Amino acid sequence: MQTAYNGKIARINLSTGEIRVEELNMDLARKFIGGRGLGTKMLYDEGIATVDPLSEDNKLIYITGAMTGTKTPTSGRYMVVTKSPLTGMIASSNSGGVWGAKLKYAGWDAIIVEGKAKTPVYINVVDDKIEILPADEYVGMMSEEIDEKLKKVHEKCSVLNIGPAGEKLSLLAAIMNDKDRAAGRSGVGAVMGSKNLKAITATATKSSIESYDPEALQEVTKGCLKAIKENGVTGGGLPTYGTAVLVNIINNTGAFPTRNWQESYYEEADDTSGESLKDQYLVKQSFCHRCPIGCGRVINVEGKVAGGPEYEPLWAYGGNCGINDLNAINTANYWCNEYGLDAISTPCTIAAAMELYEKGLIKEEECEGVPLKWGNAEAIIEWTKRMGESEIPLARLMAQGSYRLCEYYGHPEISMSVKKQEMPAYDARAIQGIGITYATSNRGGCHVRGYLISPEILGLPQQLDRTETEGKALWTKIFQDLTAVIDSMGLCLFTSFALGAPEYAAMLNAGTGTSYTAEELLEVGERIYNIERLFNKAAGMKPEDDRLPKRLTEQPIPDGPSKGQVSQISITLPEYYKVRGWENAFPTEETLARLGL
Amino acid sequence: MIEVRLFATFREGRQKITFLEAGQFQTAAQVIDYFHIPHEEVAICLINGRHSRLDASVKDEDVLALFPPVGGG
Repeated sequence: MQTAYNGKIARINLSTGEIRVEELNMDLARKFIGGRGLGTKMLYDEGIATVDPLSEDNKLIYITGAMTGTKTPTSGRYMVVTKSPLTGMIASSNSGGVWGAKLKYAGWDAIIVEGKAKTPVYINVVDDKIEILPADEYVGMMSEEIDEKLKKVHEKCSVLNIGPAGEKLSLLAAIMNDKDRAAGRSGVGAVMGSKNLKAITATATKSSIESYDPEALQEVTKGCLKAIKENGVTGGGLPTYGTAVLVNIINNTGAFPTRNWQESYYEEADDTSGESLKDQYLVKQSFCHRCPIGCGRVINVEGKVAGGPEYEPLWAYGGNCGINDLNAINTANYWCNEYGLDAISTPCTIAAAMELYEKGLIKEEECEGVPLKWGNAEAIIEWTKRMGESEIPLARLMAQGSYRLCEYYGHPEISMSVKKQEMPAYDARAIQGIGITYATSNRGGCHVRGYLISPEILGLPQQLDRTETEGKALWTKIFQDLTAVIDSMGLCLFTSFALGAPEYAAMLNAGTGTSYTAEELLEVGERIYNIERLFNKAAGMKPEDDRLPKRLTEQPIPDGPSKGQVSQISITLPEYYKVRGWENAFPTEETLARLGL
Repeated sequence: MIEVRLFATFREGRQKITFLEAGQFQTAAQVIDYFHIPHEEVAICLINGRHSRLDASVKDEDVLALFPPVGGG
């Protein structure tokens, strides 16, 4: 039977140099789809939950989604699944660009990397041939340069790589692909660095993927493309302004964390908005594989034309550091990509360091000439580079993330993180539902595991009152489960502004031969969310890890449109566990049996 | 005065911020009409940071923020 799966996985052991071809377990593929879901199940079954994340016992799974490479819109995504050195729990970071599609076209559903190479290496995939090659000459190289160099060696390849930050085992290190796309979160780049693996190149002769029912897939794809084009967000707002368009709306609701979440309204936010970015720096849109949206920004920065910032770094380097210098933010974001750093956690750690400095906990002499003052535009650029280099003592500490930094200075409560991963750009005091997502995200502080901003702020699929708690637990569960499905299919989450579970079920069924209803597909998403939680339980997660920083529950927003609000997580979290069928943060036996786990 | 903030494509050919005499406008819809913005193009209407219907009343010192469909993540 032809399906969108290749049915083939490569297992590459960097300690021994052995490369084995394995069959994809189709029963597991049907139960966990692919990408995030299947990758997590595979990692769990291989017993990785208890290993040291930066030891050679950890494994890296680069896995495509069930629909990656197909003709469905936004089908270019892949997922990196591993045990996170930042959180000590599950990491699944996904990225767009074209690398994921190239890997799939080359004939592979996934690559599992084990062990540790004695010297720096890279993996070269050309269709069904895989080889491990020396990478000494690429050590220390930035993302853009290594991409260009490897493309000269392997014509028409797509490059996935780590930058210097990953080599130096920064817990904020990202895995980059196609120069400026990032599997950014949870320190996956450090795991790659710990294995002495600098890059993976993918080249494919093919440029298409089979499907179970090509006619049905063509029909559903046509309908989805139309819906995406006609939707005001995916057909209008995102193509015109990128994700940066959120700066003004989030700020105007008083939910824009400012100066490390001490405030939540930034007077100068408009200087750093999507509108300003478009007027002053935008060159053109950029598109990932088979994307009809094109939210990516190509801008003028550092005398070049390069990838521009998303909403998250515009906020994190901007209001969260008290910075309204858009050129400085663009530049700092550029160096994040070049060094291979998470463009959320890196600026959030700088913001935490600024609060430590302003409170007198970090001393002037530790700053080596670049004070970590609120509003110091030079600081966001210079400290990003310093974190990428990990040379001077304070930068080395900051490269381990805000939690470890603040703990070192005796004030872990200043770290605005969940499970030691920095929270993104929406204040959970002002928006009650997103707080549940943050607290219960299996990979730590994160917005894209259940984007409640959609109903609570954007009014999609319907407008909810952001200040209310009632019903938010169930909304969170549904969003988390649907997101797990989209992430496992290898599609972009932004399609969900225009599409719903019935459309995803139709695409998956036509591609792989399943016959899921929308409800059944959401249950698959629920299974994925629960297997992640089982991984975390095995990794040593405790119920108290599902918590928000005290600042969000104890310090009301001091000013702006959401003045006086705090997170009501103590009300919503028990409701959430109830709708999940969990007790004390973990699934009950009954829930596991229902989900076939 | 009512402070009106326009965003994204609503800024094309219009000021980012306009101050209007409060007495001339009873509802958000009337303010939107003043700018000749079709009601169906307004995806988000905030009055003092709170999501509001277009028939919501406006008064002196209110801040009205208007957005076409926008999103991200």
